[in-house]
Amino acid sequence: MTSLLKNSELSIEKADKIVSETLNSCDDGELYIEDTKSETIVLDDNKIKSSNYTSDLGYGFRAVTGDTVAYSHSNEISEKSLKNSSDNLKSTLKNNSGTYNSEIKKTNQKLYKDIDPIESKSMKSKIELLNNMNEYARSKDSSVKQVTASLLAEKKNIEIIRSGGELLSDNRPLVRINMSVMVEKNGRKETGVYGIGGRQDYDEYLKNDNWKKVCDEAFRIANTNIESKPSPAGEMKVVLGPGWPAILIHEAVGHGLEGDFNRKKTSAFHDLVGKKVASKGVTIIDDGTIDNRRGSLNIDDEGTPTERTVLIEDGILKNFMQDRLNARLMNTKSTGNGRRESYKHVVMPRMRNTIMLGGTNTQEEMIKSVDKGIFAVSFGGGQVDITSGKFVFNCTEAYEIINGKVGAPIKGATLIGDGPSSLKEILMVGNDMMLDPGIGTCGKAGQGVPVGVGQPSLLINNMTVGGTQL
Amino acid sequence: MIKDQDYLKKIADICLSKSKKLGSTDASILVQSSVSENINVRNKKLDGSERSENLGVVLTTYLGKKKSSIASSNLKESNLNELVDRCIETMKITPEDEYNSLPDKDLHFSGLKDLDLYDETHLSNEDKINYVKEAEDEAFSNNKIVNTNGSGFGENKSNFLLANSNGFADGYKTSQFTAYCEVVSKSNGSMERDYEYTSKRFYNDILKPKDLGSIAADHAVKKLNPKKIKSEKISLIFDKRISKNFLSIFASAISSSAIAKGTTFLKDKLNQKVFNTELNINDRGDIKKANGSRYFDSEGIGIINLDLIKNGILQDYLIDTYNGKKINRKSNGRASGTTNLYFENGSKTFNELIKSEKKLLYIKETIGHGTNIINGDYSVGASGIMIENGEFSYPVSEITIAGNLNNIFQNITLADDLEFNYSTNSPTMHVEGMIVGGK
Repeated sequence: MTSLLKNSELSIEKADKIVSETLNSCDDGELYIEDTKSETIVLDDNKIKSSNYTSDLGYGFRAVTGDTVAYSHSNEISEKSLKNSSDNLKSTLKNNSGTYNSEIKKTNQKLYKDIDPIESKSMKSKIELLNNMNEYARSKDSSVKQVTASLLAEKKNIEIIRSGGELLSDNRPLVRINMSVMVEKNGRKETGVYGIGGRQDYDEYLKNDNWKKVCDEAFRIANTNIESKPSPAGEMKVVLGPGWPAILIHEAVGHGLEGDFNRKKTSAFHDLVGKKVASKGVTIIDDGTIDNRRGSLNIDDEGTPTERTVLIEDGILKNFMQDRLNARLMNTKSTGNGRRESYKHVVMPRMRNTIMLGGTNTQEEMIKSVDKGIFAVSFGGGQVDITSGKFVFNCTEAYEIINGKVGAPIKGATLIGDGPSSLKEILMVGNDMMLDPGIGTCGKAGQGVPVGVGQPSLLINNMTVGGTQL
Repeated sequence: MIKDQDYLKKIADICLSKSKKLGSTDASILVQSSVSENINVRNKKLDGSERSENLGVVLTTYLGKKKSSIASSNLKESNLNELVDRCIETMKITPEDEYNSLPDKDLHFSGLKDLDLYDETHLSNEDKINYVKEAEDEAFSNNKIVNTNGSGFGENKSNFLLANSNGFADGYKTSQFTAYCEVVSKSNGSMERDYEYTSKRFYNDILKPKDLGSIAADHAVKKLNPKKIKSEKISLIFDKRISKNFLSIFASAISSSAIAKGTTFLKDKLNQKVFNTELNINDRGDIKKANGSRYFDSEGIGIINLDLIKNGILQDYLIDTYNGKKINRKSNGRASGTTNLYFENGSKTFNELIKSEKKLLYIKETIGHGTNIINGDYSVGASGIMIENGEFSYPVSEITIAGNLNNIFQNITLADDLEFNYSTNSPTMHVEGMIVGGK
């Protein structure tokens, strides 16, 4: 019945036997088998620079007792290799024994189709698409000096075998279309980057010549930045646009609400459940169940069905995001946030689609209320120090606000804030909630996983802007 | 166990001969095998152990000027055959690129392999756990250390073979021993984390566990109860663990790929003054036992030493075969980037540097990705310690530092305290007049 072991030297019966025999004396654990095919085609400097196809197959065998995790992974799928792994796990946990928790929720959740996005579009038509994107972007203006376009598609099939022979599986498609444009005018160079994607076939994202909109957007950002002036430095009011700027939410509070940091009491939020951590009207969820979104999963990488987890409700901290290990140690249930980059990586609590729900204000009202501040529309990346709560993110499109009006574009500034206090500084929550276009990858402890974010426009009372203009 | 050269060679031969049979005119292949064992300890108790065995192959085939690549971790012959088929099919329909080719045969590495890059020492998990416990014990002997984020020890051994259809076939084993300790300090409602990290090819060269623990504790305690300062123009001192980042930025700005595309602020700066005239930057691949040392790059081209900056003047780029052709230069063996990249020592001592101005901000950590290689704009979040009259006075956090790299590079003064702890190394650095964003 299992398909990933089909062509290997390891039979499902043998695998079952080794798994059960290894895990019976442990609290938890599983054998995770993964077969991933991925394809990346890059057009750069007017040429198809690379076409890479990767086929990765391997297993990760995990045994957990108490708060100790033993993990062993390999690309050699054989009885001998799995037995070696088993011996390795046993020797790590030799002094501990536990009671296997076989309980795991069942689901028929189908948030995306079982498709292979690599095969459903021919190589010829992918190359043609990249060439069209290149030509179209360059035709927009003679100031366009460099274009990089890429197509990424992946099909990740996973199987989880738990002690007792329970088998769980998920087939996860993922695509991403990226565009980067460099514009040069009057000796200045600026870039604009845009992308779209999710868990459907390329063609779903390419309907109505949508690829042109991707090019238009990348060009618009680059062209805006070419006119930009130095960013101011210091504390000021910030209006955030809807959608992708929600990486602020992801960095400022998302990571701090992951179960592991709170179980270990190293997060600035660990003793704040039930307390007010954000302004009234602020509700933040982490939702793994939105159809076809980049951060959605039918089951997480431990086999738990994903769910819509309320993290902050009307300003009050309600829940952390949990995997099985941290949930057990904190006497609660997994929220289906147990994720890993691949079979080579251990499971950790990770975000899925992290979203601030909409409010009642308009973006216009927010801008009108600001005497001096900035209006940040798009961001590159962000980072957070969980323990001190300090987070940063880098503007890729931002404008000054003077006397209630949007003014000139400003150069890429870094915004820095304090997670636990910044959400209390939210003055207005917009009525224009939007999800990001499907391009986010979150990094934690060296592991990258696809995620989504979303938010309405926000007015934040006070953030530090890192510019060069005093 | 990591696989030996004979095993790697067998896999390479299967793929190369199959590619040739299916009509490719050229091909190159990398076959890798590695085993790593890591343990993590938290609060002096085993948190986790991890053993990884990795195998991998990357094949690139050429048909004249057409090219395609595949990679796989599944080295079964039937799977390899399928993938080579796929690679060839894709290659045939990929457009030609006049710059595609295997590297110049004359530049292939040949010579002695005497750099000592492999230490066969194997530590049992018990030994690794003991090392880390000793580090944490030492950290906890500081009474402001209340928690740990985890500390760990990793041992990695790998072997690889690189081969191409021009007759190159070579590879070698390397090892890496890594330990880190990350602790949490607490005092008067303030909670901070910091770490120390050591990574060397030889076990005997890594930090002693007590030093690892005490340095980590010291870093974390010194960050407690920080203040936010007013926005101002101020000179900065960059701690060695941050100053080396400017070298990494410099390296990406002189990569032949960025130069060829014009996507770097250092385009057209060859033979021009990029840094102040006292500065020299070298990239040497032949330092014995060093983390960045290698015999040849990912194309098989032998490593030569490069004086990238001499008396402040840019002397060379980092060049691979493909991008080299675009800019009419031969590869200098940098297809896998820099080797051991470093600033030569400056003439001032650390103490002279921190006493050089009445008020200086000492930067110990930066966060965020605010470097724009295309135009040189730099803006990151930071924390550190204020220096007043040559004395460290109070910690500072939640600030940003910003400037343009063209100016930053010209305003660097270095101390004389270079150490080879990583593959990229810098002495302590003074940068005049940067903009701090604060209150």
